[in-house]
Amino acid sequence: MALLKTQNLTHTYSAGTPFERVAISGIDFSVEQGEYVGIIGATGSGKSTFIQHLNGLIKPTSGQVLFAGRDIHESKSYTRESRFKVGLVFQYPEYQLFEATVFEDIAFGPKNMKLPEDEVKERVLEAAGFAGLHGALLEKSPFELSGGEKRRAAIAGVIAMRPEVLILDEPTAGLDPRGREEIIRNIMNYKNAHNATIIMVTHDMEEIARSVDRIVLFHSGKVTLEGTPAQIFAENKLLGELGLSAPKVTLVAERLRELGLDIHRDVFTVEGLREELRRLRGEPAHA
Amino acid sequence: MLKDITLGQFFPGNTIVHRLDPRVKLLLTLVYITALFIAQGLLGYILMLAVLLTCLSLSKIGPKTVLRGLRPVIIIILLTVILNVFFIRGETVLFEWRFIVITREGLVTAGFMASRLIMLIIGTFLLTYTTSPIALTDGLEQMLNPLKKIKLPIHELAMMMSIALRFIPTLIEETDKIMSAQKARGIDFETGGLISRARAVVPLIIPLFISAFRRADELATAMESRCYHGGEGRTRMKTLKAAWQDYTALLLGAGIIAAVIILRNVSFGIL
Repeated sequence: MALLKTQNLTHTYSAGTPFERVAISGIDFSVEQGEYVGIIGATGSGKSTFIQHLNGLIKPTSGQVLFAGRDIHESKSYTRESRFKVGLVFQYPEYQLFEATVFEDIAFGPKNMKLPEDEVKERVLEAAGFAGLHGALLEKSPFELSGGEKRRAAIAGVIAMRPEVLILDEPTAGLDPRGREEIIRNIMNYKNAHNATIIMVTHDMEEIARSVDRIVLFHSGKVTLEGTPAQIFAENKLLGELGLSAPKVTLVAERLRELGLDIHRDVFTVEGLREELRRLRGEPAHA
Repeated sequence: MLKDITLGQFFPGNTIVHRLDPRVKLLLTLVYITALFIAQGLLGYILMLAVLLTCLSLSKIGPKTVLRGLRPVIIIILLTVILNVFFIRGETVLFEWRFIVITREGLVTAGFMASRLIMLIIGTFLLTYTTSPIALTDGLEQMLNPLKKIKLPIHELAMMMSIALRFIPTLIEETDKIMSAQKARGIDFETGGLISRARAVVPLIIPLFISAFRRADELATAMESRCYHGGEGRTRMKTLKAAWQDYTALLLGAGIIAAVIILRNVSFGIL
């Protein structure tokens, strides 16, 4: 049984006013425990609306969201329970920081879960560890941190609830390359430690090509394409039409193929292309 | 959701009401309010209702939107009705039980007061529904221009007002976002006692204030880097010009005032 599943999910904003707009329609989606799913799609394609349904923040106009087989709107208490089990990190989550210290801020979620104090502390320290925040940093005000640290503190605030499904909306947007690298590493740390499911919305194709098991492509409120990174990035033309693009490496590989090199189709990481070039030159595969 | 509050929201459109000069609309709204308070008796109210309904249908604002606009003030209206029904002591007693006395006069006054309030609110909403905030402050600035003579900083006030209006939707959106983010961390805004609810506001207010200050800072920098230095010597891209329909509307406004004054003296029995 799928851990988290949506059936025919549809949402219309401001129904019955001149501003009426169908944000998503008829979405069937499911994810298993431990899976890493990437969601891509142009701005306004309904990704953000979709993920806010997954932890019950938005009620569907029609259709269902099932967590562990039960409708998350079945009862108020189950909605609340699923909100802790499906952790959602919004875009620019650093704007939600408010406590006096980083420690207190990360503890906000677990405290709302009404956990005993020692467990709160344990979870905060664990989450801070995943996010690479240590020692004196935890006693600082969150507003004294650097941009990347703030972002990591905010993500730790959700991780501290130990969600079975962690959803992140463009967690690396606006960070420098090192900041991006760190965030991705933090997420993987958490995933590996708890066999958690990760759903990540991103525009960073290089990133998604490297880490996810499956990609779901949104276009004007619908799931247009779904598959492994190899399957998705093979649809180069379609991606272009939808205002997206395959990783740059894939484009380079394709150009090389056009120029007559016998390069395999599913190259979408720098490492992959390097291996292909080595193979063509008859060099042994690099370890 | 906060987004569903329509209080003072602009609905774009291209009807005659939308196209009227904002200065004329401001003036006519004042005329309308005055007329509403002058009006007395059934006929006067019927006239005002007809005026309101005509304007509403001309502006193509749907009844749903109008009713939604009334929602936030429903308690005030109810309170008015209750106070009038129970505290106005007239001659014709309809119902009496201990200290509760309901008279026919009380009911009638309550009805008039409630309809006056409702028409007042819908009428003023019509102004903001059909006039963009920018046009509104532009109109206001030009109407108040003569006050510059007595050294009132009219341009600065108008600029502050348009910035404030401009940022209302942004702040509402921001509030929604932060609320959602904190809800995702398990905060509960809907249930619990007064104290726990008040405490739930802290994680909302602090981030909101911080972002409002940051925004204000950024906006000031952006304005200064485009050489903004106040209203002196500033010309405008769109100069307001009253056209024939504006003058017609003003004439009609004057006509309505005259009509309600005349109708004051016509009455049917107690109504």
